Amino acid sequence: MEDVKNFIAARVAKELQDGDIVNLGIGLPTLIPHHLDPSVHITLQSENGFVGLKPVEKGQENPHIVNSGGIMAGIAPDGAFFDSGTSFAIIRGGHVDATVLGALQVDENGNIANWIIPGKMVPGMGGAMDLVVGAKKVIVAMEHTNKGKPKILKSCTLPLTAKGQVDLIITEMGVMEVTADGIALKEYNPEYTIEQIQAATEATLIIDEDIKPMI
Amino acid sequence: MSKVKQITAIEAAELIKDGMTVMVGGFMDNGTPEEIIDALVEREVKHLTIICNDAGWGRKKNRQTGEYEGKPLGVGKLVDHRQVKKLIASHVGLNPEFGEQYTKGVTELELVPQGTLAERIRCGGAGLGGFYTPTGVGTDVANGKETKVIGDTEYLLELPLRADVALIKGHVVDKKGNIRYIGSERNFNPLMAMAADTVIVLADKLVEAGEIGPDYVETSGIFVDYIVSKEGEE
Repeated sequence: MEDVKNFIAARVAKELQDGDIVNLGIGLPTLIPHHLDPSVHITLQSENGFVGLKPVEKGQENPHIVNSGGIMAGIAPDGAFFDSGTSFAIIRGGHVDATVLGALQVDENGNIANWIIPGKMVPGMGGAMDLVVGAKKVIVAMEHTNKGKPKILKSCTLPLTAKGQVDLIITEMGVMEVTADGIALKEYNPEYTIEQIQAATEATLIIDEDIKPMI
Repeated sequence: MSKVKQITAIEAAELIKDGMTVMVGGFMDNGTPEEIIDALVEREVKHLTIICNDAGWGRKKNRQTGEYEGKPLGVGKLVDHRQVKKLIASHVGLNPEFGEQYTKGVTELELVPQGTLAERIRCGGAGLGGFYTPTGVGTDVANGKETKVIGDTEYLLELPLRADVALIKGHVVDKKGNIRYIGSERNFNPLMAMAADTVIVLADKLVEAGEIGPDYVETSGIFVDYIVSKEGEE
């Protein structure tokens, strides 16, 4: 499982440009920094109130600094702290180049659902609704299905986090772009056939003319 | 003569009456005024409407016994003692006990996107009647809210939030109530400092007026009414 997650994280890492300001969701997206090309330096934003998020280094633990999951974190010497108002001005104001987050469902209109399963799980949206609306590029990084059940749908059935905001979906099966015509499969994992990928996807995939293997 | 008074945590809790609306600064237990929350637990203040980013850290459920174990933190302590009638927050997922109370109808919950929560509090303190945000358009958050198209973007009208009392935490506080924060403990604290009728700050360190210096004050003492020092009485 960890291998699948790292495989997805490694592919997402290639989407990030040197100098980007990036907000990473919890779980899989936190693996992405380990896979960046050494020439690519990104600045991580932590929506609870700083830029320059780093893992805690041994001996540098500081109880006054936590990440957006409430867990002790570190900050780069050239980072900056601010209050939640400024943090979300950064997010809504288009100052974040990319956000990478997981999803329960996404659909061919670029809708995303990842904050509630009515009657079952009510964790709340936290900063996710602001992030997917405000970030310049929204990348969904997730396993292609939920134990075989499609997550990439014609239309989300769970309550939405945002309407029409998803740009790119990266799973262990492929790289998909949300276009005006639907979801285009741009890259595929050669371990699967196109037919297998389509079978695991409820939305009808547009097979890109220039489709290439996922590296 | 400073109008800011130094009081104890228990005296702070005595200012909070049953049924009041209380803002609590912090993010989980980062920048939360824990000692004042402890005093609220001790005073058994009830039926509170709490405005906070989250429901704090809850106790963990023992899968064998079904009992909750461990120590809650932040607003989680008030949830644990059933002092919360309604919570206005962005995230409650790290407090399973809150989830259970909500499901059973013991507590009410208004979930607000985190950026919207911050801005509603800011508006409450800044004398604004609300703001238009693109966050939540086309989702359940938009239910019942006025929408407006400005340029080519659709926005929701979100209204300000205020409270009877705000409980915030500062790192260094001077005797005039001027505050410096530390680390990621700023979060909602500077916003809540402006948005309540009575503002009580818990200080890691209390220093003489002017010791922080105008260049380094982040929240002006004009917003603060009471200081509780973690170092105790002077």
